Amino acid sequence: MRLLSGNEAVALGALRAGVAAAFGYPGTPSTEVLETLAKIGGDSLCCEWSPNEKVALEAAAGASMAGARTLTTMKLVGLNVAADPLMTLSYLGVQGGMVVLVADDPGQHSSQTEQDTRHYARLAKVPILEPADAEEACAVMFRAFEISEKYRCPVIVRTTTCVSHSRCFVEEPEQMERKSVHFEKDVTRWIPIPLWGRKKRIHVEERMKLQADEASSDETWNKILPGNDCSFGIVSSGVTALYCRERFPDHPMLKLAWSFPFPDELLRRFADSADRIIVIEEGDPILEEHIKSLGIPCSGKDLVPRCGELTPDRIEEVKNRILGKDPVPPADIPEASDLPGRPPVLCAGCPHRALFYQLSRFRDIIVCGDIGCYSLGVFPPLNCTDTMLCMGGGFTVAHGIAKSGESRKTVGIVGDSTFFHSGITGLLDVVYNQGNSLLIVADNRSTAMTGHQDHPGTGVTLQGKTTSAASIETIAKACGMERVYVCDPFDADKMQSILKDELSRMDSPALLISRAPCPLHQKKRGIVRSVDPGLCKGCGACLKCGCPAIGTTDGRHPVIDPAACGGCTLCESICRFSAIRPVG
Amino acid sequence: MTKNILLCGVGGQGVLLAAKLMAFAAFHAGFRVFTNEIHGMAQRGGSVTASVRFGDGEVLAPLFAAGEADLLFAVEHAEALRNARSLKPGGAAVIARQSVIPTTVTTGAAVYPADMEDRIRRVFTRVVYAPCGEEAARLGNPKLANTILLGAAAAFLPEIPRAAWDRAMEALIRPDLIDLNRNAFEKGLAL
Repeated sequence: MRLLSGNEAVALGALRAGVAAAFGYPGTPSTEVLETLAKIGGDSLCCEWSPNEKVALEAAAGASMAGARTLTTMKLVGLNVAADPLMTLSYLGVQGGMVVLVADDPGQHSSQTEQDTRHYARLAKVPILEPADAEEACAVMFRAFEISEKYRCPVIVRTTTCVSHSRCFVEEPEQMERKSVHFEKDVTRWIPIPLWGRKKRIHVEERMKLQADEASSDETWNKILPGNDCSFGIVSSGVTALYCRERFPDHPMLKLAWSFPFPDELLRRFADSADRIIVIEEGDPILEEHIKSLGIPCSGKDLVPRCGELTPDRIEEVKNRILGKDPVPPADIPEASDLPGRPPVLCAGCPHRALFYQLSRFRDIIVCGDIGCYSLGVFPPLNCTDTMLCMGGGFTVAHGIAKSGESRKTVGIVGDSTFFHSGITGLLDVVYNQGNSLLIVADNRSTAMTGHQDHPGTGVTLQGKTTSAASIETIAKACGMERVYVCDPFDADKMQSILKDELSRMDSPALLISRAPCPLHQKKRGIVRSVDPGLCKGCGACLKCGCPAIGTTDGRHPVIDPAACGGCTLCESICRFSAIRPVG
Repeated sequence: MTKNILLCGVGGQGVLLAAKLMAFAAFHAGFRVFTNEIHGMAQRGGSVTASVRFGDGEVLAPLFAAGEADLLFAVEHAEALRNARSLKPGGAAVIARQSVIPTTVTTGAAVYPADMEDRIRRVFTRVVYAPCGEEAARLGNPKLANTILLGAAAAFLPEIPRAAWDRAMEALIRPDLIDLNRNAFEKGLAL
């Protein structure tokens, strides 16, 4: 038995089920699936970070068409990017089993939205399986590949943050043999021109009926758990079902893992076994609305919160509501009422801080940020981001604001991994349509936020092979960007002079690549800095860069924690009195 | 029987390794074990919590509700207060006397309470509150602080025999550091 997280268990299950090719883009809480697979899969497995989720899903589709079992991994919003190929692939179908692992994030621990991927299963008309813990996450992969191959369609396996990041001890399954691979040419199968696409449309509906029947009789994954108290029965799925089972052990429960296509026959059967049906589902009322559409009365979101993670705390609230008990107010602890907040911050030595600090010295600019560590530039004391929309949106939103008639200079910032994900098209747009934004790539040579994954610009693959490193500056020039600067953000003078020039120009766009590697990733520290109390005037300027290594006891005089200092030189460059110096 | 443990601290303080050690120890003691940890943004100097649950067949899921923890394991004392609600009446707490000052305080937006010891004593009745960092430095490595606290926690978890803790340390800690950690664990047990 091994102590595995849900993500690690998905990787182990996929490997043992004979997956031959896996593709994905990093995104919390899904990232460790592919990282684990690359680690345990060996050289015969193809395991790739794709530039984005759409590319990943398309590559997986190709490998599946050729007969290989494939896995694609992404976080919830990644499926928005990959939705286009998924919709059509549902019509085309696959040959080798294809699992699309999507990790949802109820409670938005690290996501901009809380979308419920079950909607996508309905929209794409493909099966969805929802494991409740790591043990199920490993086993469900075998079933998912089986369903995918039986019905020749992609299957979504949906985890949630709690499932992805919780651990339990998992039994290692036997290794299955890989499928033989040969791409069988058949234009009527692989090409959805309307002539053939209309037939596929009908086939998809027929396929869903068969799947609904099979889901109704799949007692391993959709099970009725007995209970003596039939005053109400609970329908639930995923980890929520486990919380409910712990808190309502006496009530019958329908625990669904293969939740779509809806197992109608099973839902009807279960409804007959209890006086009242209560659907306790995290996210949107998808099961509830469907059950009601079958003519079965049930409770659901009238008792269960719609937004946020359904934690045990909130299941307790639901329980009180069901039993008609008064809510229990949380214990009042005055000693904990005035604790200082501890928001996430850019690490000590982070090059993004240097970039934002330099940028924060300019007024009357509009800064459009993006998704990554550098999202933290929005917080005080940097206060240096005005918008954030989606991956790649940094460039394009800046361009749109500039084109709206707004008179202030716009700045669009994306990270290096984000640039390759979906920043290039935005840059192309700004050049092609003669925008005037200053575009900045906050290039720390890594997909840092999700734990330092490689990307097309690093020159290393997920499986550790050396490969060609795409050059951001060359790409920009090829797109027609005329002024391209590369600057180390810790070179304060050069950075200031570039920013000063470019932020005052309104005639044409430019690209600034702010390049310094993530010190956490490099595991290298510069020479630690310290404050000379004799020279320090207590002006507090260095405290304004928000470095976690700089503390103060009186709000004015800094103290640098030598254990935390990254030796990045930013505070030294800020100090006008030369009071901050390298130690030794 | 079910035991619920909430672990808390600040990103980078080693909360997740402590949770893993507890999980392994409980597993080697023959229990069914679940753990959960908060990832993502919390890594960047934010508050971190992890949970460990172990027991017999009744344990089905990794999380528990507020007021259900049997033990609170805090490597930073402000975080102990922040998570005090998790503890059940009569629950125990092991807390490191350690302040990690957030940037909200260094930038002047918030104040770190000066009366931390008084507060801890008022809020927690069954508590081991120790300067684990200083103790660890005396043992030769400040990184042993969490192992000391783990020893203190073990005293409140009699279901897990000492041998199971040893096996957990052997599984998760570098061989050349095992003896140091064993010493630190002993130190914590005796607190």
